Amino acid sequence: MMVDVQKMEQLADNLAAQEEVVGRSLFADARRRFFKNKAAVVSLILLCGVFLFSTFGHMIAVWSNEEIDWGILGQIAELGAPSIENGHYFGADELGRDLFARVVQGTQISLMVGIIGALIAVVVGTLYGAIAGYSGGKVDNVMMRIVDILQSIPYMFVLILLLVVFGRSIFMLFVGIGLISWLDMSRIARGQTLTLKNKEFVEAAIATGVKPITIILRHIVPNLLGVVVVYSTLLVPQMILTESFISFLGLGVQEPNTSWGAMIAEGAGTMQYGTLWQLAFPMFFFIITLFSFFFIGDGLRDALDPKDR
Amino acid sequence: MSTKEPILSVRDMRVEFKIKKQNALPWHQPDILRAVKGVSFDLAEGETLGIVGESGCGKSTLARAIIRMIPSQGGEVFWQGRDLMKMNEKDLLGIRKEIQMIFQDPLASLNPRLTAGQIIAEPLKTHHPNTSKDEVKKQVRELMEKVGLSARMINRYPHEFSGGQCQRIGIARALITNPKLIICDEPVSALDVSVQAQVVNLLMDLQKELGLSLLFIAHDLSVVKHISNRIMVLEFGDIAEIGEAHDVIHNPQSPYTKELINAVPIPDPIAERKRIAERRALEAKA
Repeated sequence: MMVDVQKMEQLADNLAAQEEVVGRSLFADARRRFFKNKAAVVSLILLCGVFLFSTFGHMIAVWSNEEIDWGILGQIAELGAPSIENGHYFGADELGRDLFARVVQGTQISLMVGIIGALIAVVVGTLYGAIAGYSGGKVDNVMMRIVDILQSIPYMFVLILLLVVFGRSIFMLFVGIGLISWLDMSRIARGQTLTLKNKEFVEAAIATGVKPITIILRHIVPNLLGVVVVYSTLLVPQMILTESFISFLGLGVQEPNTSWGAMIAEGAGTMQYGTLWQLAFPMFFFIITLFSFFFIGDGLRDALDPKDR
Repeated sequence: MSTKEPILSVRDMRVEFKIKKQNALPWHQPDILRAVKGVSFDLAEGETLGIVGESGCGKSTLARAIIRMIPSQGGEVFWQGRDLMKMNEKDLLGIRKEIQMIFQDPLASLNPRLTAGQIIAEPLKTHHPNTSKDEVKKQVRELMEKVGLSARMINRYPHEFSGGQCQRIGIARALITNPKLIICDEPVSALDVSVQAQVVNLLMDLQKELGLSLLFIAHDLSVVKHISNRIMVLEFGDIAEIGEAHDVIHNPQSPYTKELINAVPIPDPIAERKRIAERRALEAKA
């Protein structure tokens, strides 16, 4: 048999020169599984669309969100319907403002509330839970009883009180939502930490003399991330819902600012005058976003934990 | 072995666990489980002491108490003449560099989110935080080759390795700080028999090369017999017998050791039948 010696040598050289095989991390594996899930990928695309709409929507809008179209004021039901010709793509609201620009503005605020609320939950809740679970004993007891107490207070009541006492502002809304959002997360993180801290790799770190805070940040938290990521995608819509509810009650964001909840409330109020588009468009974005987050959360859970499917 | 000064001597080690009864009220006295009841032994430099006993007899508890991973209720541990039990955290950190540990479950003892290189480098980064990145990488690669892993695998994650390879990573992690004593907590019982032999031989080679002392915990007598200079038999937290490996195996003094040795199957049908008969006789006597 003929053997191409030169080629074989080349192959051997190639193999020898092959430096450092790149490993596939658990997250890389999960990413591959996630992109096989059609519902999750479609949701991700839709969500990206909503994001783009909220950031670049004002460039497409003919009218700004503050201008009042005097030409149709008073005859919204007849002249304010969605149309391409007069530039009101989504129609106009009761005051003659362009609904398209208003929806863009509301989307920005609702997404911001959802994401910042979830972010506070992830950072504070995960660290708090991991520290409580890892310390154990009395520290754990005290820390989790604080969570119990905070959780037993009816948060909607506190939130409304906060907004009434300190005045209605987006900042106060963030404070109120941030105060409550991390409680559930800390419980979840603590529960996971309890199972993790008896694993041998944590013992190995203790035996080596690694500092407790380093163990938490290096060994516990990265292994919590799977659960935390899934839970936080479910938390974003929860935050949006909370904000919408507060705004629906008329306590959340204040004019001239707006959010999905506030717009849905306005739209619901004018339903009977035949201006259904004022309800339909904010509602459409609201529902699309919530569904997308839920499907992404589902997809992430399946991707990160293939055994539990 | 008695001619050398012991590197580690344990005196009257006691470990107790409080066990809450079910439905106990806060003022109820908890039950006390005595896991280790006053164990004393010496370990010389370069020596291997095998610790055997059935599961739940306190082997692992003893090992963890010696390096203060769990609190002990009494006893002294002298490491090169200094009492570990009375040390503050800072001094203890210096000692942790010299005593490393290998664990039972090879995969569970490696953090799944870190690469092999990061895992092996962790003790080095803990004890010598000022080592440069290149130096760390160089040492990790050297060690990986030493324990029989290709240094190309440095960026792989634990789940991409087999059980035996994972245990080699565990050994590399234990070796990187140049320890004097390695506590092996059943390092081979989760492995396949053929892989067991490889890992045990690797440990013995490394011991010869680096002059390590080993505290080798196992419930498998044949493995312990192979690797140990001396053997200590634990019976419910007490020492049943301690002595030269050959003596303990071939001339056991305590009835507990005899029972343990008789429980080991022999891969020879005739000898195996004889063993079973002897075992029955022993059980009848007891």
